[in-house]
Amino acid sequence: MPTLSHYLMLSAVLFGIGTAGVFLRRNVIMILLSIEIMLNAVNLTFVAFGRALGSGDGQIIVFFVMTVAAAEAAVGLAIVIALYRHRESLNPDTFTMLKW
Amino acid sequence: MTQFYLFGTVAVAASLLVIAQRNPIYSVLLLIVSFGALSGLYVLLDAPFVAVAQIIVYAGAIMVLFLFVVMLLNAPQEETERDARAHLGRGSDPMRFGALLALALVAELAWALTRGWESGRFGRGAVSSVAALGRSLFTDYAFQFEVTSVLILVAMVGAVVLARREDRPREPMESGETQPEDRVAPGEE
Amino acid sequence: MLLVAQIGLTLFVFVMLLNSAAAMVYGERKVAALLQQRLGPYLVGPKGLLQPLADVVKLMFKEELRPAAADPWLFALAPVISATAAFAAFAVVPFGADTTLFGLLDEPLRLQVADVNVAVLVVFSIASMSVYGIVLAGWSSNSKYSLLGGLRASAQMISYELSYGLALASVILLGNSLSLADIVNRQAGTWFGFIPRWFLFLQPVGFLIYLTAGIAETNRAPFDFPEAEQELVAGYHTEYSSMSFAMFFLAEYINMVTVSAVATDLFLGGWHGPFLPASLGWIWFLIKVAAILFFYVWMRWTLPRYRYDQLMRFGWKVLLPAAVLNLLATAALVLSFGL
Repeated sequence: MPTLSHYLMLSAVLFGIGTAGVFLRRNVIMILLSIEIMLNAVNLTFVAFGRALGSGDGQIIVFFVMTVAAAEAAVGLAIVIALYRHRESLNPDTFTMLKW
Repeated sequence: MTQFYLFGTVAVAASLLVIAQRNPIYSVLLLIVSFGALSGLYVLLDAPFVAVAQIIVYAGAIMVLFLFVVMLLNAPQEETERDARAHLGRGSDPMRFGALLALALVAELAWALTRGWESGRFGRGAVSSVAALGRSLFTDYAFQFEVTSVLILVAMVGAVVLARREDRPREPMESGETQPEDRVAPGEE
Repeated sequence: MLLVAQIGLTLFVFVMLLNSAAAMVYGERKVAALLQQRLGPYLVGPKGLLQPLADVVKLMFKEELRPAAADPWLFALAPVISATAAFAAFAVVPFGADTTLFGLLDEPLRLQVADVNVAVLVVFSIASMSVYGIVLAGWSSNSKYSLLGGLRASAQMISYELSYGLALASVILLGNSLSLADIVNRQAGTWFGFIPRWFLFLQPVGFLIYLTAGIAETNRAPFDFPEAEQELVAGYHTEYSSMSFAMFFLAEYINMVTVSAVATDLFLGGWHGPFLPASLGWIWFLIKVAAILFFYVWMRWTLPRYRYDQLMRFGWKVLLPAAVLNLLATAALVLSFGL
């Protein structure tokens, strides 16, 4: 039977993949997708801890994470559309107007 | 155990391919595969409701929204020279630093986890009944639940405002198109 | 023994779903002919009964075409996703009371491929996955009509999924369970001796919302925008031919059957009905499903297609508020009367 540590390790690997995606990819949509991977890795941790502690709180936090992820995706993608309309690019390095 | 490794391998492999893909459409699809595998893991963790919610909310709604935007922007692939830089080892300095940070994070997490490795199995007493979850959600977490609904409302208004085109006199070309807010609005449940 | 019966049941459901699609093709053409005062298919076999077979043979012998600019992987994957999602959704739908197959089995077998205790949500989640087949078909064909069809389909299905889900939620409140079998069993018996205890009578608005959203979910007329012939050639499956087209066709009809079967379980008391013993309840189930399917075909050949903006307006400004109000009213009633 897999133990809590198995799940935590899997979740750590997924979180690492998500982090790497955010750092390595130069496409705003890909960065948002990588953030989704990270959120899901965290969800897995919550459910695994909840299961280990015999409590439902882990699963409830996951519902909150899901709603936040939905809100984040909606607003994030709206920003992506607005940016693309102004710059015709999805590369975050082109959006440097606020840099000084 | 085999099920855990099966789903775990699928999740990790799909996630790796997500960040390795050049075409965002493939990335979105592979991410859905990864979410499916995670949903299987939730079933193994006696959380069937989370598993189904994962499919409905993530795979069924959020990912459709992503797919939608990728299709709407006609999936511009990363420019080739940038793409070459996006590969590990050949990146520019900030990128190399980022890759190092990600590796360091994974190494740290792995180190911490192997030190505290417990071989203890999960006890009994999993909370898998939807009724118990619902009761807890609407009593103990009632305030957080309400705040989330406000968050969703704000996100919905924000997305509509952000994605909408400014009201300038319309060129004849645009009049036939669906307005972007029509296209984006359906996703924000 | 039970395992063998389970496998047999699974195969049986699979084959029957295939057959139901064939029967629906024939039924739809005959009903359409009836409504338009034509004869419909009558040449192949007695009364044209072998027409679906002829259609399948014709489709099989057609050449499989793929546009040169299409994305080869996704183009091949899209019809498979559609058909798989259509078949998978039926797996959790119960269609008869527990049976021992005339004493053949020691333990009673539930007439349901997979007994899941969150069955309603599983149906919902698989329905939400079926949108990918259509969207990918539209995108991967690399054709403007297909892309427009795919975009319309995704917007339409996401919009109507909300009302669909809220209609399901009001039934879940009444049934006090997420298991379809439990919900059906709550509808056994009658009020005052003659009104069956169907949730249809407690949830008339919910039933209407479910049926409307179901039509939109299955992309049928009057909500068949993703494939509106007059505007989009054939929408998302414009570029498909031969068996891959047949898979979309199959998926559409099986989705209709699934939506009708779920509606029967949720609102029309499933396999419960008068006159017949419980072991023959599946006959009632089939009759009810057929009635809803007839309603679908009837709608298709009676109502003209909406305009796309009208569809969106209707979905977001009429159907969704109605579904929310219905859910609130149901919740209030359940709380105050403990129905």
